[in-house]
Amino acid sequence: MKTKLFWLQGLTCNGNAHSLLNYAGFEQFLEDFEFIYHPMIDSEHTLSSLVQNRKPCDILLIEGSIAEDFQRAGVGIVDIIALYAPEVKKIVTVGTCATFGGIFKDSPYHDSSGLLFLEEEPVTRFAHLKDKVLSVSGCPIHPEVLANTLYSVREEITVKMDSFHRPKAFFAYTVHNGCTRNEYFEYKVDKHTFGEREGCMFYDHGCQATYTHGSCNNILWNDVSSKTRVGQPCMGCTEPHFPKRDLYNTKKNMGIPQDLPLGVPKRVYLTLTGVTKAFKIERFSQKIFDA
Amino acid sequence: MLAKEIIKYISRYLGEELRKINNEDATAKEKIHRIVKTYFTMALEQPEMIEYFLRIYLSNREVFKNGCEGMICVSDFVTEIMIFFEEGVKSGELRDQDFFSAFGLFMGYLGGMVFLHGEEVLTESLDTYIEDVSYNIYQALRAYEN
Repeated sequence: MKTKLFWLQGLTCNGNAHSLLNYAGFEQFLEDFEFIYHPMIDSEHTLSSLVQNRKPCDILLIEGSIAEDFQRAGVGIVDIIALYAPEVKKIVTVGTCATFGGIFKDSPYHDSSGLLFLEEEPVTRFAHLKDKVLSVSGCPIHPEVLANTLYSVREEITVKMDSFHRPKAFFAYTVHNGCTRNEYFEYKVDKHTFGEREGCMFYDHGCQATYTHGSCNNILWNDVSSKTRVGQPCMGCTEPHFPKRDLYNTKKNMGIPQDLPLGVPKRVYLTLTGVTKAFKIERFSQKIFDA
Repeated sequence: MLAKEIIKYISRYLGEELRKINNEDATAKEKIHRIVKTYFTMALEQPEMIEYFLRIYLSNREVFKNGCEGMICVSDFVTEIMIFFEEGVKSGELRDQDFFSAFGLFMGYLGGMVFLHGEEVLTESLDTYIEDVSYNIYQALRAYEN
């Protein structure tokens, strides 16, 4: 029996809806799940019919931030959520906008936020639903992370969550974990040019991987790559304060990065980097891959 | 080996003193004054410490080549100076600039004064310069709008 999904969109760019289409196992996914509504996939019902009368549904997927005066098919999104919340087994916030407000928290819509959070602050509007909520943040979501989360719900597997309701299986570690540039990070070697494989982007180029929760370097995108692997800094897209400004520069105060690796006290960081900076590792000053 | 341990001991001692200052709820201006006072007082009361730092460690770097590369053996002290600068910039009181430009200005100035004191060139006692030196350092490091 297929699990019924309702893909509801708030204020969104459609990025997450697109991202799921890149899931490598999407054919099998459609054997196990059925969209009663999805904005880009033929589905059984129209949005208008779904918002007028509640239809059977197992999981409500919400993409985009939520605002009191934002409507879909002539009905307020908060009313649509309220209509389906009692019916569904789980509500999954898909993407950073639906989870924390994301870029659309700055939209002209009044009270625009994520379902349970505005950045890190809890939002009371749907607080009573929190036991039903799973959050898959990301801009966009990693298709495999969303698909596996949905399979966990389908198989009724208990999902361990962090304080933002994100599955720990995918969000307990940082994006730094599995980064191919870790040696450069350890020895404080930036020397980075965008698009190249050598050098760490943390020191000068704005990489937020050391304090961003996610699996991008463990579960590769399209099974082959990640931002840092192709020479782009991690932009912290799974985190409550995404998007920050000036994403390609590391904000520093007198040469010291303002945001340090997760959980590392400033004195420890400075002591370690002071030691590593004393040494010049010849290997890291050369091209490795394209030598 | 002994030379290395001595400089590590001195760095640790100075680092602990600076750490106390860093942990105080004070402005960067006030902290500069306290750092200068601590440094000059140490130079007066325990001259062997600062003398060793200036005349042995800085003047004979080849002795400290193995195991004391870069700032490894003085990291306790340098770390606290970095924290002082970083917090001063973050609070908006100090101007953001390259670390070594600021470090050289601050510690080079203090070291120079202590050196002149050691050479008996200064006309006054070292501690009489605390106010002026602190003022000069603050003026050089402060943010433009302060």
